This record gives sequence, structure tokens and C-alpha cells, in this order.
Amino acid sequence: MIKILLFAQLQEEVGQSQVTMDTSEATVQQVKVWLEKQYTLTSLQQTMAAVNEEFATDDTIVTSGDTVAFIPPISGG
Amino acid sequence: MEENLFVITDQPIHVEEVTKKVESRNAGAITVFIGTVRELTKGKKTLHLEYQAYPSMAIKMFQQIAKEIKEKWPEAHIAITHRTGRLEISDIAVVIAVSSPHRKIAYEANEYAIDRIKQIVPIWKKEFWEDGTAWIGDQLENVPYPSGKPVVKGGEKHD
Repeated sequence: MIKILLFAQLQEEVGQSQVTMDTSEATVQQVKVWLEKQYTLTSLQQTMAAVNEEFATDDTIVTSGDTVAFIPPISGG
Repeated sequence: MEENLFVITDQPIHVEEVTKKVESRNAGAITVFIGTVRELTKGKKTLHLEYQAYPSMAIKMFQQIAKEIKEKWPEAHIAITHRTGRLEISDIAVVIAVSSPHRKIAYEANEYAIDRIKQIVPIWKKEFWEDGTAWIGDQLENVPYPSGKPVVKGGEKHD
């Protein structure tokens, strides 16, 4: 099971701050595709991803127990 | 163990508390950047703001920025506190304090820190305007990531 964290507009679109994906292994790209289908999202391809709090790429492998965060364009400061 | 140099809080920020963390007998300068909530952005009136963070990763990214600063300016010391939640006009959103033996480094490292915060630290700002709301991102604040994601390893851009 992979934990997925959502922030900002993504969190509002999904209506939850976190969801879980029931799989033992997937690439970040596969997690994105799954999430997009589950919640009919449109803006996910422009967001960055972090796996266990490190920025990751679409090819990064995520395994059960990992946390994937989708990071919309940031605007702190 | 050092006190917490990097903090995400939903409480008002006290500038002096952040400043104290970088005080040192070897410091000849401390620069303090205070980021505040402004009312007008390109003529549009903000009523209030909300900041949201991914706190555990944000702290890691603050530490990453501190590491980059240590590499560029070994004598500089930095502390950062960022606020989340609802902020009113003129409230303090972020405080960055940098001390160093000399003034120039303190100024430079401080500016470097805020630039990097805007690139790699997972914090989001939601604007509440008179006529609506929006999460602010690159499409509105013109901060594109040419490589598709932020440059995490030692921001190479600096003069």
C-alpha cells in the first residue's frame, strides 16, 4: 500500500489530504495515472512528486510503505 | 543539541526569537528578512491569505538550503521560520535571519535563502481576493521550473 499526500488545489480537487493506493510497487508516473483516473484530475501532470520527502521523477519506483507527495507549484515566502 | 533553526508554525512569528538563534560573538552582521502579507498584487486587493505546508519535507528543504549556504559562505549561520494558516494583511509570513562576520555575506546569503525557498520548499499560498480565491503557483507568479522540477542540489544560479 502506497500513501499519497495531496496539497493545495489538488487537495481541494480530491477532497482529501491523503489517499492510499493498494499496490506493492509502481512508478511515480503510474501513481499519477491511477490518481487521475480515480478522481478525474486534470492538472496532475504539471505537479512535481516527492517520494519519502525527496523530490522524485516520473520514473522513480515507489514500493509499499512509501509516501508519495504531489507538490503543485509552490509559493512560500 | 541545537535549538530548532528551522520552524513551520501556525502561530505568529516573533522576529527577535528567530534573530537570537543566529547571534554569535563572531558575528559582525545579522540580516533579517521579514516577508509580510501585502494588500495589493497587480492592482488586485487581497483580503487575507492562507499558507499550507508539507511540514516534514519543508524542514528538510530548509536544511538543504542551509547546507547550500554553508558551502557557499562557510561563516554564515541561518535560521528560518515560516508561518502557515490564515494570515491577515501585514502579518509576517516568513522570517530569515543570517549572521556572519561581515555584512556582505549576511545580505547575500539571506537573499539566496528566500530565492531558494520559493523554488524548493513545499509551502503554498492561497489568495482570498474580493472576487474569489486561488492557489498561487507558477502560472500566476511566473516561477516556472525549466527542468520540470526544482533544482534541489545546490542552486547554481548566483552572482
